[in-house]
Amino acid sequence: MIVGNLKPLEEIIESLGDYKNIFVLGCGGCVSVCLTGGDRQAHQLATELDHIRHYKTGKPKFTVHTIERQCEPDWLKDYLTIPENTDAVLSLACGAGVQTMAFFFESLPVIPAVNTTFMGSNVEPGVWQEMCQGCGDCLLGHTGGICPVARCAKTLFNGPCGGSSNGSCEVDKNTVCAWAMIYYKLKKTGQLHRLMKVREPKNWQPAGGAGPRKLVRPFNKPL
Amino acid sequence: MKELKSGSNLEKVLNAGHFAFTGECGPPKGANIDHLNEKLSHLVGVVDAVNMTDNQTAVVRMSSIAGSVLMMKKGLEPNFQMVCRDRNRLAMMSDILGAYAMGIRNMLCLSGDHTSFGNHPEAKGVHDIDSMQLIAMVKKMRDEGKFLNGEDIDGPPKLFIGAASNPFGDPFEYRVFRLAKKIQAGVDFVQTQCIFNMEKFRIFMKQAVDMGLHEKCYILAGVTPMKSAGMANFMSKFVPGMDIPEPLIKRFKGVPKKDQAEEGIKFALEQIEEFKEMEGVAGVHLMAIEWEHRVPEIAERAKVLPRPVVD
Repeated sequence: MIVGNLKPLEEIIESLGDYKNIFVLGCGGCVSVCLTGGDRQAHQLATELDHIRHYKTGKPKFTVHTIERQCEPDWLKDYLTIPENTDAVLSLACGAGVQTMAFFFESLPVIPAVNTTFMGSNVEPGVWQEMCQGCGDCLLGHTGGICPVARCAKTLFNGPCGGSSNGSCEVDKNTVCAWAMIYYKLKKTGQLHRLMKVREPKNWQPAGGAGPRKLVRPFNKPL
Repeated sequence: MKELKSGSNLEKVLNAGHFAFTGECGPPKGANIDHLNEKLSHLVGVVDAVNMTDNQTAVVRMSSIAGSVLMMKKGLEPNFQMVCRDRNRLAMMSDILGAYAMGIRNMLCLSGDHTSFGNHPEAKGVHDIDSMQLIAMVKKMRDEGKFLNGEDIDGPPKLFIGAASNPFGDPFEYRVFRLAKKIQAGVDFVQTQCIFNMEKFRIFMKQAVDMGLHEKCYILAGVTPMKSAGMANFMSKFVPGMDIPEPLIKRFKGVPKKDQAEEGIKFALEQIEEFKEMEGVAGVHLMAIEWEHRVPEIAERAKVLPRPVVD
C-alpha cells in the first residue's frame, strides 16, 4: 500500500493562507490503513486546526468529510459533494489522491496535508516498511522476494556491499541489510546459484527514466 | 609472463611476480594543492602506485581525476578511484575516457560510502550501476572497445581494473564468492578492506586459494597503521565494514599513549611480514590516512624498498 505521514502542523497552517472555509478531506484508502489520512485522522486534524492559538487573525471554518478513494475520479464524481462556499480543500490523501482532486475540481485549490512517503507494508504494529519503488521491472523472483532496489541503501544489484555488518545496513544499524536477507533466503530455498552470476545494469526506463509513466490496458482483451 | 592489459607500473610489478606495495592519498578540500603535493612527495619511490580517493566518506573534495593528474606531475602512478554514488553510467564512461586520455592507467571500481555519512547528506545518491557492473563496464570498454550500449569506442581505455574486497562484511561465508563474482565481472586486482582480524583473513585467503582465485586476480592485503588506541576504538565503532578484534584494541590501550603510534606501526609490520609469506597475497595496500610522511619509514622497516623497476 501507499504509506503517508502527516506534514508538520506549522507547515499545514502556513499553507492554509487566508482561506476562510476549508474542506478537510480524508481518504478511506491506503492512508487510512496506515493511520495517517483516514476519517479519524481527518477529524483529529480539523479539531487541532480549529484552535484559535494557531492564527494571528480569525481562524478559518473547517468542514470534515472522508471519501473512500480520492484517487478515483468515479468516486469523486458520484459520491463527493463539496460545500458551495469552500475556498480550499485540505486533502489527507496520498499524492495520487491530491492530484486527482486538483484535476477534478479545477477551480479549487487543493492543499496536501500528508507527505506521501513510500510503498510498503505493515511489518509490526505501528511500523510500516518500504518494500517497493515501482521500478517497472520486478526482480523479486531472483532475489528471494526481497527488493534491493527499494531496500538496499545503495540500490545494489550484486550485493551485499562491504558495509553489511551483523545483518544491518551501514547506513543505520536498525535497518536490516537487504542483501544479507536475500542471501539467507536464497540459501534456505536452495537458490544460492542466483547470487553467483553478475547481474547486468538495470534498464531504468520503466522506472521513470523514459519520462512520466502511464499504463494503458485495452478492455476485454485476454492475457 | 602474461600479456599486459594496461602497461601500468602496478600491473608490470605484479605481472613480474614482485610483492606489490601501494599507497593512498586523498585530494584536498579545496583548490589549494600545496598540502597534496607535500603528502605525495613522501610517497615518490616508495610505492608502486597511489590510490586517489573519490569523495571518500561522501565528503566533497577535488575530483579524483584531477588529483590523479596532479599526482602524475609529481612522478607517481595513480590508482584512480571511481564510486557509483556520484555519477550515472554516462558520466562514468566519459570520465573513464578522460582519465585514460590524461595518462591514468589504473582504476579502482567502488560502490562508495553512502551519502548519509558525508557532508552533503541531502544529496541524491546516483547508484545507476553498482561496483560489479562498473567493473564489467570498464572491461567491456577496454577489451571489446565498446560503450555499454554496444557502440564502438574510438580509442578504448586500456586500464588495469581494480576493485575493493571486504572479507569482513556480512555474510562472511559469502565474501569469497563475492570476490569470485568480481573476477567474473573482469577485475584484474583487488585491494582488501583494512585488515585487523588476521584470523578471519587467513580463513578468507584459504577459501580464495582453494577456489584458485589468486591465480585469476592479484589480491593486495589492506593495511592501516593505527595512530592510537582512540583511533582503533573509533574505527571499530564508526567506520562501516571494519572488524577490529577486542584483544587488538587492548594491545594498543596497553601501551602508554606516546608509544601507541609505534605500537600501531609494529602491528602493521607484523602483518606485512605475514602477508609476504601468505599464499595468494600478491602485495600490500597501505592506507596511512594523513600519515603519508610515515610511509617511507614503514616501507623501509617492512623491507619492501627499493621498489622494483620493471620495463
